[in-house]
Amino acid sequence: MSIEFEPQITAFTCRYCGSVPADMAGAGHLLYPANIKMVTLPCTGRLDAQYLLAAFEQGADGVCVFACGPDNCHHLTGSQRAARRTVYVKDLLRQIGLQPERLEIFHLGIGQAQDFARIVEEMTARIRELGPNPLR
Amino acid sequence: MNSDSQLSKLLSTGQFVVSAELGPPKGTDIGVIQRKAAHLKGYVDAVNVTDNQTAVVRMSSIGVAALLVQMGLEPIIQMTCRDRNRLAIQADLLGAWALGIRDVLCLSGDHQVFGNHATAKNVFDLDSVQLIQMVRNMGETGKFQSGDPIEGEAPKFLVGGAANPYADPFDFRPLRTAKKAKAGAQFIQTQLIYNAPKFGEYMKRYCDLGLHERVHMMAGVGPIKTLGAARYMASKVPGMDVPDEIVKRMESAPKEKRAEEGIKICVEIIEQVRQMPGVAGIHIMAIEWEETIAEITRRAGLLPRPVA
Amino acid sequence: MIIGKQKPIEEIKPMMASAQRVLVLGCGTCVAVCMAGGEKEAAMLASALRMSVKLDGRSTEIRDYTVQRQCEFEYNESAAELVEWADLIVSIACGIGVQTMNEQFPARQTVPGLNTTFLGRPMEQGVWAERCLACGNCVLHLTGGICPISRCAKNILNGPCGGSQRGKCEINSEIDCAWQLIYDRLTTLGMQDLLLEIQPPKDWSTSRDGGPRKIVREDLKL
Repeated sequence: MSIEFEPQITAFTCRYCGSVPADMAGAGHLLYPANIKMVTLPCTGRLDAQYLLAAFEQGADGVCVFACGPDNCHHLTGSQRAARRTVYVKDLLRQIGLQPERLEIFHLGIGQAQDFARIVEEMTARIRELGPNPLR
Repeated sequence: MNSDSQLSKLLSTGQFVVSAELGPPKGTDIGVIQRKAAHLKGYVDAVNVTDNQTAVVRMSSIGVAALLVQMGLEPIIQMTCRDRNRLAIQADLLGAWALGIRDVLCLSGDHQVFGNHATAKNVFDLDSVQLIQMVRNMGETGKFQSGDPIEGEAPKFLVGGAANPYADPFDFRPLRTAKKAKAGAQFIQTQLIYNAPKFGEYMKRYCDLGLHERVHMMAGVGPIKTLGAARYMASKVPGMDVPDEIVKRMESAPKEKRAEEGIKICVEIIEQVRQMPGVAGIHIMAIEWEETIAEITRRAGLLPRPVA
Repeated sequence: MIIGKQKPIEEIKPMMASAQRVLVLGCGTCVAVCMAGGEKEAAMLASALRMSVKLDGRSTEIRDYTVQRQCEFEYNESAAELVEWADLIVSIACGIGVQTMNEQFPARQTVPGLNTTFLGRPMEQGVWAERCLACGNCVLHLTGGICPISRCAKNILNGPCGGSQRGKCEINSEIDCAWQLIYDRLTTLGMQDLLLEIQPPKDWSTSRDGGPRKIVREDLKL
């Protein structure tokens, strides 16, 4: 491919530990790749397996979920539910013929702006390596 | 072909073979077996020993067969899928081999509702096609169905299957026989034939499929003892085709001459099927009338039996 | 769906012999649809039992109630007070409902007033036929949509056997030969070649033979 492929990554985040680190990274002028598109949910407990699949079907090269820590969810068990659903969809991806590594969940605390930036960097590199979504 | 099986030797030399059925006793009396064996020895090449036929409990096929081996006869054990799972079947076959048994007829088995233990649980872990394949593979590859190796000599049985040329769907029957051939069957025995022309139609398709070159067909024949037996087979036994003229012949014969007529019918059918291309032998079923085997084989010109 | 048939009264009565207060508990789902254990049937059974015990000269109190679905604790809660009142519960739900009641209310015995017979479908009102044995490994795509496990008396996978006669099974001329049906359907679909392939021995471990079964869906757990 002559033009370097720019991964398109959809990120599902909750309003708390999911999106606050992102905001703070921005406010702190931390550089991170512009490859992610954020979709904010009230809580990642609201994350439906269908959303993850739809993202891939619509052409996302990668999907991230940013959630509160498993024992630190603002709504108590939402991030744990999101984690289980993510595991389920990773297996579906494998059955479909897409690499399960295209989907990942990350648990953050509100103050982890640096980690957020680093994760986006790493995820973008991972997806760049995996190549574009073959469905596109 | 398996070198230890006399039947297999005869079949491979193109001899027209004769087997007969021996029904085990509903008990432990060895004397019954000895008497029946005496009626068969010298008149047939091999003896089928049934396996809880019509789901009525009798001495096991392997048990009786082991006794027949001692008596100098070649038994063909019947193995049904109704009463045993794949573990028991394989275990029984190892034992059968060790007891000198070399031929196996693989059957689905009559449903137990027909028999004297209708409340039993049936097994049917395998069907007859899978059974044929499993037994053949044990001999060819020396492995159990699980893939584990069989220690010692691989039990290379001569493997047979059954065919019912009269069952439905009629069009599919030769194809099902072909399927059994594909699974590894080396000989086929049929149900009792009384409708020779219809069997002829089946044999024509059998040859069209090239089966005469891959398996050995043994046509099932048998004498009719009484008018009652004729009528019963004509109307009450699933999968049997007894033409009206046969029943009429039994009817018209005076009562004391009916047994003789029944033997005559059997001999005629033997002569008819012998003419059909692809028929490699006959299997005589004279249940509880084994004494007639000598007469039938003599009249049909099948004696003396060759020594393999 | 699950099909069941009520036990005869003479089988139910001995189960109630020492009870003074009996609750007949129906279920509004499968057994209601096959008209064996729903609200109406519970009322009728309770009435029949009241009359029968009265004729016996006994004075057992019998009441009836029906829950939406007897296999779920949530739904059975609505019967809790009556369960408390009763000495014995005669359930006319399927065996699953009976067991659920015993698990949920261990202080009371729940006995079966119904025989759970099979999984099947209604053919016409009043007639139900078996269609599934829950073998755990469906092969309907290989047989034109006709199940050889539940509809063949010998659960043959390479059928038909030699007992197939005029499209009927050797064990009962009222039972269709499943393999005749499969043969006809595959012929209609132009898929007769499937019949020539040897289907290997079934892995029965996904069925009852592998032991009591359970499904866990981690993604759905709360």
